[in-house]
Amino acid sequence: MTTLNPRIRLTQSAPRIPGLLAGLGALLATGPALADFSWNFPTPVTPIARDTLNIHNEFMVIITVLFVVVFAIMVYSMVRHRKSVGAEPARFTGPTGALQWFWVLVPFGILLFIDFVLMGIPAFHAVIEMEDTRTKADMVVKVTGMQWKWQYEYPDSGIRFISTMSTPREQIEGKEAKGEHYLLEVDNPMVLPVGKKVRILLTSTDVIHTWWVPQFGVKRDAIPGFLRETWVRIEEPGIYRGQCAELCGKDHGFMPVVVHAVPEAEYAAWVDKKKGELAAAAAGSDKTWTKDELIAHGKDAYEKQCAACHQPDGKGVPPAFPALAGSKIVNGPLLSPEGKLIPDSHVDRVMNGKAGTAMQAFKTTLSDTDIAAIVTYERNAFGNARGDMIQPAQIKALR
Amino acid sequence: MNTATHALDHHDGHGHQPTGLMRWLTTTNHKDIGTMYLTFSLLMFFVGGAMILAVRAELFQPGLQLMKPEFFNQLIGVHALVMIFAALMPAATGFANWMIPLMIGAPDMALPRLNNWGFWLLPPAAMLLTMPFILAIFGIGDGAVDTGWTLYAPLSVQGGIGVDFAIFSIHILGISSIMGSINIIATILNMRAPGMTLMKMPLFCWGWLVTAVLLIITLPVLAGGVTMLLTDRHFGTHFFDAAGGGDPILFQHLFWFFGHPEVYILLLPVWGLMPHVLSTFSRKPIYGHTAQVYGFIAIGVLGLIVWAHHFMTAGLPVPALLYFMYSTMAISLPLAVLFFCWIATMWRGAMSFETPMLFAIGFIVLFGIAGLTGLVLADVAADAQYHHSYFVVAHFHYALFAGGIMGVMTGVYYWLPKWTGHMYSERLGKLHFWLTVISFNFTFMPQFFLGLAGMPRRIPDYALQFAEFNAISTVGAFVLGLSQLLFAWNVWRCVRGGQRASDKVWEGTSGLEWELSSPPPHHSWDVQPVIK
Repeated sequence: MTTLNPRIRLTQSAPRIPGLLAGLGALLATGPALADFSWNFPTPVTPIARDTLNIHNEFMVIITVLFVVVFAIMVYSMVRHRKSVGAEPARFTGPTGALQWFWVLVPFGILLFIDFVLMGIPAFHAVIEMEDTRTKADMVVKVTGMQWKWQYEYPDSGIRFISTMSTPREQIEGKEAKGEHYLLEVDNPMVLPVGKKVRILLTSTDVIHTWWVPQFGVKRDAIPGFLRETWVRIEEPGIYRGQCAELCGKDHGFMPVVVHAVPEAEYAAWVDKKKGELAAAAAGSDKTWTKDELIAHGKDAYEKQCAACHQPDGKGVPPAFPALAGSKIVNGPLLSPEGKLIPDSHVDRVMNGKAGTAMQAFKTTLSDTDIAAIVTYERNAFGNARGDMIQPAQIKALR
Repeated sequence: MNTATHALDHHDGHGHQPTGLMRWLTTTNHKDIGTMYLTFSLLMFFVGGAMILAVRAELFQPGLQLMKPEFFNQLIGVHALVMIFAALMPAATGFANWMIPLMIGAPDMALPRLNNWGFWLLPPAAMLLTMPFILAIFGIGDGAVDTGWTLYAPLSVQGGIGVDFAIFSIHILGISSIMGSINIIATILNMRAPGMTLMKMPLFCWGWLVTAVLLIITLPVLAGGVTMLLTDRHFGTHFFDAAGGGDPILFQHLFWFFGHPEVYILLLPVWGLMPHVLSTFSRKPIYGHTAQVYGFIAIGVLGLIVWAHHFMTAGLPVPALLYFMYSTMAISLPLAVLFFCWIATMWRGAMSFETPMLFAIGFIVLFGIAGLTGLVLADVAADAQYHHSYFVVAHFHYALFAGGIMGVMTGVYYWLPKWTGHMYSERLGKLHFWLTVISFNFTFMPQFFLGLAGMPRRIPDYALQFAEFNAISTVGAFVLGLSQLLFAWNVWRCVRGGQRASDKVWEGTSGLEWELSSPPPHHSWDVQPVIK
């Protein structure tokens, strides 16, 4: 299983029942030059994925043999016991005598053996290994799913960031040529060190998401209000791509997972760099911004965080995703005269979300600067002309 | 047709038999009701099919071409609900209505008025389910249920009015199914001809008996689950909300406690029908009648205790994972009993391959693929890769299209001459069979590989490496969909006329249903036959 190019694997080890038919179809449908058919799991890079692939291959061999043997018997019968070749029907309706009973019970004995020994034993060990998230874990990462992005938190170093799909809308709508990693690319990839056992804790802020990287052999649901866990030990440096696997609303198809697995030294350098960025962002909330700076920063942040639902033009997709253009809430007062949060006001919505809807509490995921900039931008864009602004320091005070 | 009218006059000379629309609205006759169930099913089969062809058209190429993701999500969920609740289940109930009284020597079903009501609840339920599509056109709400047919909370708590419509539709469909089930159980237990002990009862009736029991056990749980969802949505409860002490996974337990037996609910009537067809065209008695009865019961019982294998990635504890894995694998044993008996029924027979036999054999082979892939899906570690991917989509379409729909088509071709008194066109039937089988495999076989390569299900757009298989699948799906028009045309022609069918219809038939005229008289068995 050491194919170098993970995208073209025409010669996998497991024979597949359906291979022939689909292969035929494949040849008919596209020229060999375009052939991009993958017949099996992508190249595994973790112990679990390798186990899973081995088990899968073994099972596929078993079921292919079962399929061929059983239906060979049936086809033999269909050829030999035809009326048109003068077959005389027998009259038996069940086994008679000890010998026949023996032959009847043999297949079930074999099946019992296949189920609970041939398949059951490796499956047992794989489950135990897969669920052993705690033994000798080197580090912990917390993954939070939210509509429709992932947040990665590294408790050891205090790093926390959001990862959203970076494929431009124009590519999705067919106005631009699609890039090589269409839909499987993000702005901030998760970075993990190679060779370390990473315990991954999962949760969600809204609906159920599922974190899946096929090459890790790991798929686990992120459930709001609960922690789930899994683990990976990536053996080879590289960029690994996956997707959310549980239907989570409108943009379920557009929340990829991208993991950069890097050698330990490189990982340490990345941690330092990220810490520096976080410090800079924290400093940002203490400085005083001009309105234009906030609007410019807010436009970027809006397009990443808000435009999926409220649309780049602020018109939304009512009734599920209300318009911001001309919205009563956006055009309402900013803060109370004492500088306090007004319930159900614009700032309250952005910071605390709205229960029971896709509008999430962004204070848990966005920096003070981002929130201040987005609020300022929304109040001065899409035809809204409030003309006012809010400083990151004010958001900080409201937390 | 003339015989039917004649028989009707003869038996129902009460002088106030309604005609026209009123006949169908008020009928309590099991054959009329069976016909309505089957017609409704065929209609909804095309409705659900049209929805999924739109989906496949969108998936033909990467990128969003035809629809927004919101609408895509509505189509996939409503497609599943329509196919399961409005196409497959009514088809099986139509079979039960038509055939159970004929097979057990009864004049009609035990509870004819309940029967009528059971059917007439279906059209409003189907309308409720699909109405939000229409309402959205007029600017009311944001379309039909968009959570997939599984309605997982909290996504369904977030959803629009489509979810409420779906909840009420499921309530009504559930009431209809439970009434149908009560009727079938009452008929089977009370109205068998003298001498027909339960163990002598035809296997089709046995399959349905187990189905009816499963429906009565599981549907109330689903109804409860969706009601809890409704109160979470509108009345401030927190059954599925951790913030209020609830648990989203509770919904999955409730849903799949119904959802897994539902698979067998859809398939048991077909498994019951298969031995009759195989025996007829092998001209040889059914092999292992008793074994198959116990197989049905075993599958029914096991089906009730394996539900959590539908969400093994949700983070169940290890002992639960092991339990659900091994109990799921155990289903392969009773299922193997059925396969063994089917093939043993064919063994050393004198086979001929008319359309029903072709469909039966196609069913066995393709359903075999569903069973075998189901066995590997049971494995927790491998399931982590298969789950939520197109591998699962392919697997359950092998189970529910090749198993369910093709099983229903087997039954229709097998019994249509008995129902109408005419033979269908064998040439069209065979053409329909080959087109269906080939295009079915072109549609769903590539989806196994898509799943293995890592394509999640329920996504409106996909990465470039999935493009080729998706294109093949879409072409297959359109051929598959269009071939079904041949089926409708063949059935229509057969209803209108055609070569006369004899009472026995097929050379190798045996059983009470073949002793009545084709078509059978209005009241099937006025005088109960005696079984020796």
